[in-house]
Amino acid sequence: MPSSTQGRQPHFVAALEDTPIVAIDRLDETQKASSTWSDAWDSMRRRPTFWISSALILLVVIVALFPTLFTQTSPTANCLLGNSNGGPEADHPFGFTRQGCDIYARVIFGTQASVTVGLLATVIVTLFGIIVGSLAGYYGGFLDAIVSRIGDIFFAIPTVLGAIVLLSVLPDRSPIVIALVLSIFAWPQIARIMRGAVLSARNSDYVNASVALGVSKFKILIRHVVPNAIAPVIVIATVSLGTFIVAEATLSFLGIGLGGGIMSWGNDISQAQTGIRTAPQVLMYPAAALSVTVLAFLMLGDVVRDALDPQARARR
Amino acid sequence: MRIKRLGVVAIAFAAAGALTLSGCAGGTAEPAASSDASAIVSTNGSEPQNPLIPTNTTETGGGKIVTSLFAGLVSYSATGEIQNEVADSIESDDATTWTVTLKDGWTFTNDEPVTAESFVDAWNYGALLSNAQSSSYFFDDIVGYDGAADSELTGLKVVDDKTFTVELASPEADWPLRLGYTAFSPLPKAAFADMAAFGENPIGNGPYMLASDGAWTHEVKIELVTNPAYDGVRKPVNGGLSIVFYATQDAAYADVQGGNLDVLDAVPDSAFQTYQSDFPDSYVNQPAAVFQAFNMPYYLAHWSGDEGKLRRAAISMSIDRKEITDVIFQSTRTPATDFTSPVIAGYSDQLKGADVLEFNATKAKELWAEADAISPYTGTFDIAYNADGGHQGWVDAVINSIKNTLGIDAVGKPYPTFAAALDDRENEKLTGATRAGWQGDYPSLYNFLSPLYQTGAGSNYEGYSSAEFDTLLKEGAAASSVEAATAKYQQAQEVLLKDLPTIPLWYSNVTAVWSADTVSNVAFGWDGVPLYSEITKG
Amino acid sequence: MLWYTGKRLLQMIPVFFGATFLIYFMVFSLPGDPIAALFGDHPPSPAVIEQIRAEYNLDEPFFVQYLIYIGGFFQGDLGTTYSGRAVSDVMAAAFPITARLALLALAMEAVAGIFVGLVAGLRKGKFFDASALVVSLLLISVPTFVIGFVLQYVFAINLGWARTTVSGAAPWSELILPALVLASVSFAYIVRLTRASVSDNLSADFVRTATAKGLSRPRVVTVHVLRNSLVPVVTFLGVDLGSLMVGAIVTEGIFNINGVGGTVFKAIRLGEGPTVVSFIAVMVVIFVVANLLVDLLYAALDPRIRYAK
Repeated sequence: MPSSTQGRQPHFVAALEDTPIVAIDRLDETQKASSTWSDAWDSMRRRPTFWISSALILLVVIVALFPTLFTQTSPTANCLLGNSNGGPEADHPFGFTRQGCDIYARVIFGTQASVTVGLLATVIVTLFGIIVGSLAGYYGGFLDAIVSRIGDIFFAIPTVLGAIVLLSVLPDRSPIVIALVLSIFAWPQIARIMRGAVLSARNSDYVNASVALGVSKFKILIRHVVPNAIAPVIVIATVSLGTFIVAEATLSFLGIGLGGGIMSWGNDISQAQTGIRTAPQVLMYPAAALSVTVLAFLMLGDVVRDALDPQARARR
Repeated sequence: MRIKRLGVVAIAFAAAGALTLSGCAGGTAEPAASSDASAIVSTNGSEPQNPLIPTNTTETGGGKIVTSLFAGLVSYSATGEIQNEVADSIESDDATTWTVTLKDGWTFTNDEPVTAESFVDAWNYGALLSNAQSSSYFFDDIVGYDGAADSELTGLKVVDDKTFTVELASPEADWPLRLGYTAFSPLPKAAFADMAAFGENPIGNGPYMLASDGAWTHEVKIELVTNPAYDGVRKPVNGGLSIVFYATQDAAYADVQGGNLDVLDAVPDSAFQTYQSDFPDSYVNQPAAVFQAFNMPYYLAHWSGDEGKLRRAAISMSIDRKEITDVIFQSTRTPATDFTSPVIAGYSDQLKGADVLEFNATKAKELWAEADAISPYTGTFDIAYNADGGHQGWVDAVINSIKNTLGIDAVGKPYPTFAAALDDRENEKLTGATRAGWQGDYPSLYNFLSPLYQTGAGSNYEGYSSAEFDTLLKEGAAASSVEAATAKYQQAQEVLLKDLPTIPLWYSNVTAVWSADTVSNVAFGWDGVPLYSEITKG
Repeated sequence: MLWYTGKRLLQMIPVFFGATFLIYFMVFSLPGDPIAALFGDHPPSPAVIEQIRAEYNLDEPFFVQYLIYIGGFFQGDLGTTYSGRAVSDVMAAAFPITARLALLALAMEAVAGIFVGLVAGLRKGKFFDASALVVSLLLISVPTFVIGFVLQYVFAINLGWARTTVSGAAPWSELILPALVLASVSFAYIVRLTRASVSDNLSADFVRTATAKGLSRPRVVTVHVLRNSLVPVVTFLGVDLGSLMVGAIVTEGIFNINGVGGTVFKAIRLGEGPTVVSFIAVMVVIFVVANLLVDLLYAALDPRIRYAK
């Protein structure tokens, strides 16, 4: 790790390969310009964390899409109160919920709704937040004022409260609807953070240099400003994924979560609340599934962030 | 026969109900060795929904306080018998015209004497439409009442300072039984000058009074002290009450554990399994006057006529009430055997046809198949509930029980708020059953039956109408003796057991804990509220 | 700078109207009659319900209701709750408590989060970094009601170090435990944000320059790395203030705090338009001011950011 070697060195001497003399001396016009994005891919695929986290995410997605590959037990039928909060036994590796349903089957079948809510809300919020935030921060002025004020309107209404009201009005509460509603109130956070990061990136040397070279403003935004400003957004987005899944738990807890008996980790976590003193294991399994999923995305987020950051990439 | 005796008989009969109350109390009630008569007992409550005006207090948060601040003509003992407070006697020859005489010496805490006018004016205020009091319908059987326009209760006549007469629209033998309800409290003259201000700092004649003006800290607590002028049957042995408002029962439970609260009258779900070991010597779990059920609307396909009758019976018999109350509620509910409550005089677990409330998988399947022969069932059976009331656990258990027994698709249907659920109910947009519950206003079978199932009654949401039931109820109300009345009410319930306009589930218990270190002699009334005046502290 | 501040405060006006209109409309659209629902299973006569509806102008169309509310607002009348209390009284009781709670939580998450994030960023990939990741994960995936219950049980009931719930006056000392619960979720965000920023900045030119100039390691870290890493963290703190104030429904419930979150939540469930809107209106003001401060802080933290006019 460069940071540690750097730390032990009282006087830093730039490594030679960091500043190849050729690059300064002449411009190779025949070579295709290296794009930040393809460089990022090159750097990512060399890191084991990338492959581990991707594999985990793939697994979660497969479970979400094809739950029956992983269990033959029905998560809703044959729930017998005689098994209430029962421990693991043959064919029921995680034991039973308070209602006597198989926990393993419920965790497997709950994946779909939870991942849909978490992933969809994160994607919408992140994409929208990045676009709006970078335009506002980069162009500033009137556009910034309008976008920031609209963001303020939605942000002044906290996500969970806004979602409570909106979901109470909507008749259908599917995972997609919940994801959309959470997105409506959550995008300004990403937008503001993106805006802040863009503000500090747009005045950096490489941007000034590009301006001096006569590169178009929009191109600079895409090629230089966004990749340099995106790091904090990716951090927030990967953490948000987890909080969206948990937000769905809070909404279920408050009675406006997924309707019509749709299973989700959040729903099961909130239902396990009554057993928190006596049967904490019921709560543990869906919470663990949630943790692993969030961990996978956090790790992936770290890799992507490093890959997109030219300075961090240079260190390897 | 003079009906005057009626009150006496009622008391004797009600006492029999007391038998069901004994038992489950935990620990030994040792008399407090060194009780401090000036010590304040802290207990849980919730922010009153309205200013503390007796005729506008219908929920438990305000009810607890109003009952402590006011003394009506009568009050209820632990077992639901009426005992005279301000009343000296309540008599009638024909169960229609009642003569009420008051005791001497009662005053409000502002020294104004409690007179016949204090009652008549208060009741007239409560009944007047433009005052928009939530309890106004409690006066609807008094001559002169009009629910649609302002009118005076002409049936109320002040004879002298200590006497007034009440004329009812039709005979009601057990009319005095309701007079312990908060709506029938007297009000001082000061109240009528500015009712809003009075509601903030009420002046009463009950066992307790406000510790000072502004003793009610909204959303936090209300401080009451013993009323020295009170000399009725509920004379406090403690110095006062600090009723602390909690948004969740879990917080209150933690406070009893942490030593910040003396008495908690509602143990939260999360502590059902542990409250007996957390408070080995200071808990109680006994039935209270709360009936819980779910209703099936008649307008749905498959749920009307003979087919509906068969299906309702099948659903009822497919629910294992015993197992659900044991596992989900940890025995803090008692399986239902009728439509009232075990703490009400006249309750019975021997009603003809009550076997429809027992779990019987074979019979349930048979009945369902019979109904399917009339018209095959399609679709999903759902039970709607308001998700803000902690109902999900039992709804899911009932759903599973039905699913496992009948093999049909069933699901719980949460509504975000009670208002949303009510809206679909009123607009006949329900897709299945709805949760229902009834907390008795006063300890009488009539109060559990008439408002819910009589044709056109206020809480008869599904529009149940049975001429046979209505007649039996009317005969019961006008009966010349309590035994005769009870017999009629029980027959009326047998009609309900055949029709099942609602599917009875269980009775809510009062499940309470208190701090053994600080308080003793904690007992609970028929309504599940602690008998505050008897609690000793110190 | 002054001009900029003034301009931003003026921009608050459309935000105020936008947010109040939006929220009033949403509360208005809630299904069901709020008055009928007040009485539970014991409804009074329909005539009584009609009268109460009229008293709260619920029989008027939406725009009339909103105009009545806004008209009252500018005369200092925020309306009444369905309990007959002035909304301004309710706000006066709830906001000071919530403000104390939110500030405590904000301070806790900022101090602890930045410290842990800084150390994790400096030792990326080491044991401390990995532990910080695990703790953040736990805090994200375990719901607040569990964290709250466990902390309450351990610290208040078992050890007796704190009062189990917060008393009516809600002094600072009693709010420490709930603030800890409230801060726990945002803590994870701040750790991750700080860590990311710090590890980026470690390789930035100005850090290399500073190190090359021979500045001591602690000075490089605190002055150059940390200061430059705080922009996204401060942004987050600014936007987090809102969720700390109104989003504390569960925490307030566990510790029986009479705060903004619980009050607004209850008002939404009851369909009390004026209460919800008044609280949100104040939140809008707090929000805009907090974000303005954040924007001004940007300039102080990062010399490259300047506000023209």
